[in-house]
Amino acid sequence: MSELNTLTISEARDRLRSGEITATELTEACLKAVEDAGALNAFVHHTPEIAMEQAKAAEARLQGSEEAPAMCGVPIGIKDLFCTKGVPSQAASAILNGFKPEYESTVSQNLFDAGAIMLGKLNMDEFAMGSSNETSTYGNAVNPWRRGNDDAALTPGGSSGGSASAVAADLCLAATGTDTGGSIRQPAAFTGITGIKPTYGRCSRWGIVAFASSLDQAGPMTKSVRDAAIMLETMCGHDPKDSTSADLPVPNFEAMLTGDIKGKTIGIPKEYRMDGMPDEIEALWQSGTEMLRDAGAEIRDISLKHTKYALPAYYVLAPAEASSNLARYDGVRYGHRAQLAQGDGITEMYEKTRAEGFGAEVKRRVMIGTYVLSAGFYDAYYNRARKVRALIKKDFDDVFAEGVDAILTPATPSAAFGLGEMADVDPVAMYLNDVFTVTVNLAGLPGISVPAGVDAQGLPLGLQLIGRPWEEGDLLNTAYTLETAAGFLAKPSKWW
Amino acid sequence: MSIDTQTAARVAKLARIEVDDADLPVLAEEFNAILGFIEQLGEVDIDGVEPMTSVTPMRLKRRDDEVSDGDQQSKVLKNAPDAREGFFAVPKVVE
Repeated sequence: MSELNTLTISEARDRLRSGEITATELTEACLKAVEDAGALNAFVHHTPEIAMEQAKAAEARLQGSEEAPAMCGVPIGIKDLFCTKGVPSQAASAILNGFKPEYESTVSQNLFDAGAIMLGKLNMDEFAMGSSNETSTYGNAVNPWRRGNDDAALTPGGSSGGSASAVAADLCLAATGTDTGGSIRQPAAFTGITGIKPTYGRCSRWGIVAFASSLDQAGPMTKSVRDAAIMLETMCGHDPKDSTSADLPVPNFEAMLTGDIKGKTIGIPKEYRMDGMPDEIEALWQSGTEMLRDAGAEIRDISLKHTKYALPAYYVLAPAEASSNLARYDGVRYGHRAQLAQGDGITEMYEKTRAEGFGAEVKRRVMIGTYVLSAGFYDAYYNRARKVRALIKKDFDDVFAEGVDAILTPATPSAAFGLGEMADVDPVAMYLNDVFTVTVNLAGLPGISVPAGVDAQGLPLGLQLIGRPWEEGDLLNTAYTLETAAGFLAKPSKWW
Repeated sequence: MSIDTQTAARVAKLARIEVDDADLPVLAEEFNAILGFIEQLGEVDIDGVEPMTSVTPMRLKRRDDEVSDGDQQSKVLKNAPDAREGFFAVPKVVE
């Protein structure tokens, strides 16, 4: 029998329920895998005591019960962006050094209520701002995948890079992620796993450190589409503590995985065919299109004509919201406070605390946000970007109104790149990583990244499916069909 | 639109982030790269378009106006870098 930590959620659920394995055995296998994987720097805070306690409780609950929730006894990792009671929750920032929340985020609470087990907190880009995990105060996580026999360290993507690395390396069965511009889907694509960002409002944002509140959504990062369906259902649900949380019933997503997409219409947006896109990505997209056609879907060429303006709009709106949200890190209520010199007043305390606590990318974005919101520029930048955002959403509304059920695109413009490779380019080059994913956040839609192939160097590549609002079930079913057809089974060989 | 070091310094001040004078030219250059990228938005015809306020067409829910929580002073202060006598403590503020 293979190691227990390599199980999927659905396999573990079935074996836990039948009593073939125990939650304690499963948790111990994962804790061991985590311990051996220091080189990946995926887990940045370890919680083995909590894990073993939760495993015992899950075991009692599973005892002879076929009715225990699907997540009961399943060991997972939690992105450091989620506040977890009594456990460091730093958003990978030095400004939250030592912060231990007195409360639990709604999403992690939902998972724990269902019996899930927390192995620890996962690395990420600082405040979820980054696409390579290199902005983390903990140092970057590392991708378990390598280019053939080349031992150069690759990025797991970002911002949910620790989550992606941990799931791809079988340190946990699944992990939570969050996605503001592509932070679940890009790292999932870079590491050969599945990641879904649900419709804005599906998951409560309460207790998740805020980056850009109108764009942030939590979602699961898993080893299969089925697992994504199971875990997403547990994470979702109305929460009175988040006024943007949707008061809608959460369907049984797993039950909607029929593998039948006959008669569905899949849109292929011509604007996603970017200049200079690698042939491999183009070929992957083409073969994904054929797979869905072979499964009985109608393929339709569509146009989303404002696509090109999504990234520029995002780089107004996300920094604007971040500059407001991050104003709370002032050295007064939690986290780091700078040592002050004789005569320093409160303004110096703010300025020094924020200069010491924030990393370069976070400072850059906070200041850009401050600039676009400042007097004289508010209309030219911020209001204009909000209008462009409305047009981007309308592009999607129009194609859905014309009968398109889902849209197929590449997930990323390249495979995982080397850590440090982007150090000398200007910040905008890094932002282009999100070119295919960011439209989905701006339009508030559900989007899923599914591993669909490997490049010439053996690195995983992902395809993205975008669905109608609130129709995650249908989207997951299309993704499941694509997953089945693509038959992506490759795993990174263990070097860590 | 080009940002000079003086504007960069003003933005840093507004954002309450201390930046060394020596670092301002590089910062201004980075701002210009990002703003140059954002300038593309000027090409879009936005006549008659309402700025988006909510991505999902939902009214924000209102909760009942009643006390649901409280008496958590020690928890609220627990993570403060400097808490004294039940308060957050900060350097002297004299306006």
